[in-house]
Amino acid sequence: MDWEVVIGIETHAQLATRSKIFSGASTRFGAEPNAQACAVDLALPGVLPVLNRQAVEHAIRFGLAVGATVAPRSVFARKNYFYPDLPKGYQISQYERPVVSGGAIRFFSAEQEKTVRLTRAHLEEDAGKSLHEDFQGRSGIDLNRAGTPLLEIVSEPDLRSAADAVAYARALHQLVIWIGICDGNMQEGSFRCDANVSVRPVGQDELGTRCEIKNLNSFRFMEKAILYEVRRQIRTLEDGGSIIQETRLYDPERDETRAMRSKEDAQDYRYFPDPDLLPVRISEDWVAQVRATLPELPADMRARFVQSYGLSAYDADLLTGSQALAQYFQTLHQLLGGDAKLCANWVCGEFLAALRRSEREVQEAPVTPQQLCDLLRRIQDGTLSGKMAKELFDVLWQEGGAVDALIAQRGLSQISDAGVLEQIIDALLAAHPAQVAEFRAGKDKVFGFFVGRAMKACAGRANPEQLNALLRQRLAG
Amino acid sequence: MMSIDLENTSLRQLSQALVTRQVSSRELTQAYLDRVQRLDATLNAFITLDPERTLRQADDADARIARAQAGPLTGIPIAHKDIFCATGWLTTCGSKMLSNFVAPYDAHVIERFNAAGTCTLGKTNMDEFAMGSSNETSFYGPVKNPWNPARVPGGSSGGSAAAVAARLAPAATATDTGGSIRQPAALCGVSGIKPTYGRVSRYGMIAYASSLDQGGVMAPCAEDLALLLNTMVGFDARDSTSIERPAEDFTAQLEQPLQGLRIGLPKPFFAGEGVSAEVQQALESALHVYRSLGAQCVTVDLPHSGLSVPVYYVLAPAEASSNLSRYDGVRYGWRAAQAQDLIDLYERSRAEGFGPEVKRRILTGSYVLSQGYYDAYYLQAQRVRRLIVEDFKAAFAHCDVILGPTAPTVAFGFNEKTSDPVQMYLSDIFTISVNLAGLPGMSIPAGFGAENLPVGLQLIGNYFDEARLLHVAHRYQQVTDWHRQVPPLARL
Repeated sequence: MDWEVVIGIETHAQLATRSKIFSGASTRFGAEPNAQACAVDLALPGVLPVLNRQAVEHAIRFGLAVGATVAPRSVFARKNYFYPDLPKGYQISQYERPVVSGGAIRFFSAEQEKTVRLTRAHLEEDAGKSLHEDFQGRSGIDLNRAGTPLLEIVSEPDLRSAADAVAYARALHQLVIWIGICDGNMQEGSFRCDANVSVRPVGQDELGTRCEIKNLNSFRFMEKAILYEVRRQIRTLEDGGSIIQETRLYDPERDETRAMRSKEDAQDYRYFPDPDLLPVRISEDWVAQVRATLPELPADMRARFVQSYGLSAYDADLLTGSQALAQYFQTLHQLLGGDAKLCANWVCGEFLAALRRSEREVQEAPVTPQQLCDLLRRIQDGTLSGKMAKELFDVLWQEGGAVDALIAQRGLSQISDAGVLEQIIDALLAAHPAQVAEFRAGKDKVFGFFVGRAMKACAGRANPEQLNALLRQRLAG
Repeated sequence: MMSIDLENTSLRQLSQALVTRQVSSRELTQAYLDRVQRLDATLNAFITLDPERTLRQADDADARIARAQAGPLTGIPIAHKDIFCATGWLTTCGSKMLSNFVAPYDAHVIERFNAAGTCTLGKTNMDEFAMGSSNETSFYGPVKNPWNPARVPGGSSGGSAAAVAARLAPAATATDTGGSIRQPAALCGVSGIKPTYGRVSRYGMIAYASSLDQGGVMAPCAEDLALLLNTMVGFDARDSTSIERPAEDFTAQLEQPLQGLRIGLPKPFFAGEGVSAEVQQALESALHVYRSLGAQCVTVDLPHSGLSVPVYYVLAPAEASSNLSRYDGVRYGWRAAQAQDLIDLYERSRAEGFGPEVKRRILTGSYVLSQGYYDAYYLQAQRVRRLIVEDFKAAFAHCDVILGPTAPTVAFGFNEKTSDPVQMYLSDIFTISVNLAGLPGMSIPAGFGAENLPVGLQLIGNYFDEARLLHVAHRYQQVTDWHRQVPPLARL
């Protein structure tokens, strides 16, 4: 039987605010345990939450970026359950009236643009952490993370493969960083995904029973976990079994998912509106203010790059991988005053490769757009061959310097002076009469011999096209 | 040493005596501490006393008076309900659960009183987590009614009411979720006011039912309450439900004539059923007084007020069940010894730390919020709550204040209602709707029933009409002396 895979993703994006969503404590990562937990985070008797406006503004930003509805009035609700890293015994979240509803994420997978609809995005507070190592027979509680603002972004079950799911998650990751609401640091848990996975026979309308996979803290694990889970579900069904709705945990070491808890032990969270917080009111003015500060979005920029620069969709997608990279490209293009293709080739090629090799961010690149522009100009005016330019790029990256000075210093400039090239060719032909005769007798392969020798004679600096032309001309006699 | 009659001196007079150096804050505070020493073994109005800490504040106040920087309350000792967190003070909320909790911070109310230069005389006894109408649910044992120690003082602010009634303190803070200021004030024969919801910050006030809880104050008379509210009321950014309004002097209109005042008499409050004859009689006399002061009476209808008790006992436990989840034995408070595992720790800590009434309300609240029951109970109760709000709005179109009984009877005996929670809940039948609507309400002494037990008169105002309520109460107190009566037990 052929099976169709159905995936929906829930993402917790930690919002980039200086203080927590309901208290004034800092959200900085990596402090001593409990050093950033104030009375409100500790849930001392009598304390009350106060909403951080910045967190709401980030949610508005997200809503606008995905074309969603930003609710003029949304409500915080309490999700009640007991856990030691949940100090109040309830999490303040949103339930019936989330701040953001609908919208969609456009992304690029297998050279195709796809769209995933979003169900909603709501604000909530993070829990603390339970530390089970380091305490013999006991558990430690670190409440530094308790109260950190999260935007939980829920997609519709629109994804049909692990690859698409990862492409969606990457696009979402790119977007939240792009619009400045999340630092995207997956190691620190700033961007965490859960995947709801089910399978159904191709052609069936009804959805299969789903399992939720938790703990997907990298895109690679997400793909592997989903692939495993899909195989498991298909195998189970083909063996005549049935899928139990449950939460499963991905174990990267064994590359498998394991049951964590089933729906039967699902808790009744007894949601109800939090009486300590007023409904969140978002005026049209506020939305307009946020909209005015929203940057051009990656999907729009991608389309513009294709349309107005004539770039391939692939290059446009690469160039809009981050705002910094897109900015780099655009600055370069502007400095050079055109030739988007040349700019794109270099940014997507040498520049990105060098970044990857040195594990640096665009902002940390040692070669500035101005330097790269200078380099490209010397390609355009024929001073440098592509090969020479690549060598010089490496020098710029490693040691820095000014392009023209380096060309002069290293004698790197290309010889395009016909007189100079003719002299070299004439000397060469005179020195190798036998080979000249062979060529003239029809042995075309000898041409390569002359090119090689000529290049050697000028330390590879000859303009190759010009050299070829002149050589043919002279050999023809 | 001191020429001040602590049994019959208003705050204004005390303040005058302090500022003119007739008496020092230390002397005054010590005199109250002495009264507490003599009488509280009988009354059990206080959970915690810390005379050293109290007298340090008195000395600070004296220094401030000496520098001529005294405000109207500087140097006056005030008792605080043990629901308010006060730095360095054991803050138990009447529960074993918090029997070891020393607050590391001040509630907004405490901050305000400290800034005004008052001295914290002690922390007053109360029903556990403010859940009770008789003070019998306190882990620290019930408070006794100073008018008759065999009777309850009312609840949950029974300690504050008894302390003020026996003049162990010139004033006491309190809180009111369903009548917890007004009902004990009535049963102990003192004046008490619960301001409009949002007027007094709930920050640092241990939550029972967040949408209903409101801090307030008790004292012998309305004029005292006005002075206290001047300090207590104010915006606090740490409470999202706190309301920002221009500062107000609640004493400003006390002396205005009552001529033309329209007093609304709600039909259901006078329908007879449940209201004892002695309470009825006191109300009639009070109305007579008001008419003689130039007020006119109109009948108003509050058609849904009969539903207020069931609505309250859905909503308040729902919120409480969640508010009390933080008491899990993990970070502070009571922790069961030798728990086997996490769940065992939770279950045993909570089983041991909470008393039966608190458990009853947590169970009720969890039930009404659970899947399948939420709509029928919680949502339905919220709908009726809105109807009750509308009732009051309609009533205030025809009157300036609403007058009625505070409690259906005078103070009842211990254990009289403990076996029947519903009977106990009905003692708040006239006060609860005021919390549901978020309106200001007060209770003032209006006479005595059988066995010389006080009767309270309830005044309900429109939103933010505290000044008017105090005015209406003050004019009554100028021509009556019920509020000046001191229980025989307290006359030393």
